[in-house]
Amino acid sequence: MDNQTVLAALRERFAAEILAVNEFRGDLSLTFTPKGYLAAAQFLRDDPDLAYTFLENLCGVDYLGRKPRFEVVAHLTSMRHRHRVCLKVGCDEPEPTVPSLTPLFPTANYQERETFDLLGIRFDGHPSLTRILLPDDWVGHPLRKDHPLGDEEIAFTFNQERIYARKPFVRE
Amino acid sequence: MGIEEKAGNLGIVTTTLETVVNWGRTNAMWPLLFGLACCAIEMMGAQASNYDLSRFGMELNRASPRQADLMIVAGRVSRKMAPVVRRLYDQMPEPKWVIAMGDCAACGGIFNNYAIVQGVDEVVPVDVYVAGCPPRPEALIDGIMMLHQKVMREKISGKKESPIRIDQPLVQVK
Repeated sequence: MDNQTVLAALRERFAAEILAVNEFRGDLSLTFTPKGYLAAAQFLRDDPDLAYTFLENLCGVDYLGRKPRFEVVAHLTSMRHRHRVCLKVGCDEPEPTVPSLTPLFPTANYQERETFDLLGIRFDGHPSLTRILLPDDWVGHPLRKDHPLGDEEIAFTFNQERIYARKPFVRE
Repeated sequence: MGIEEKAGNLGIVTTTLETVVNWGRTNAMWPLLFGLACCAIEMMGAQASNYDLSRFGMELNRASPRQADLMIVAGRVSRKMAPVVRRLYDQMPEPKWVIAMGDCAACGGIFNNYAIVQGVDEVVPVDVYVAGCPPRPEALIDGIMMLHQKVMREKISGKKESPIRIDQPLVQVK
């Protein structure tokens, strides 16, 4: 199995859905439309000549200042043919939404929840899209590039009185 | 050890109740068995045979907060972990003490960001802060000794003493 075989098989069926193809150091990555992303993942999994049955990784990226702003990246692996392909799909504000891969790959469940938790990308068709790493009452999605770091001023001897005056120390 | 006088060979020792109670508390102080990050490795080192915390009656780490009276917060406390730490503290019976071990537990350390509590004293009242990243076992034992001194000063009336101030640095460099 090599990149050209996969690319030819995908181009044959999803020519209209492929937005970009990139090959870097032997790794193939394809950018899809949201509709084509789900269909291509289904095709890659079910076609016996391809058999990309393992979702190796799913994560989100925030390209602040770019259109579309967010991108979801999924790596599919074919154990039978010892080959890997990367699927990307873009989504934009205010409600970044991407079809969920959980019906195809159960392992996508937690990884999509993590992506939702940290980046605020919603996944259509996910069984229970709730926070997984952060506390349930957390406000915001901290892996976004425009999220404040939330650091506190460091107390030294010259400014500790001012800082400690408004620090929420616990009372016994 | 607070023994004022021995009465001949009758084997009678006189002392104050306060001293005996405090002596008992310091010499059987059982820490709660939990570690949050890399400081816990140094805490295990302090308990292992090289440094041997059991010299001070602390060989037992209790796995249940209801049997522990010392909480050593060893490591950074994330915002998600903070309610758990507080709950463990609430479940410990009185009297109870807390040591913030390491820079992260004391003030946030290198993790000055949204995810880490900037000092565990926002969650539980801390008695002794041990500096270091991570502190060596000697430093932790020094903090425990300092806590023992503090416990020895406790009054049966409940009156609070002023904090121990170290005017001279512990290590004298000539």
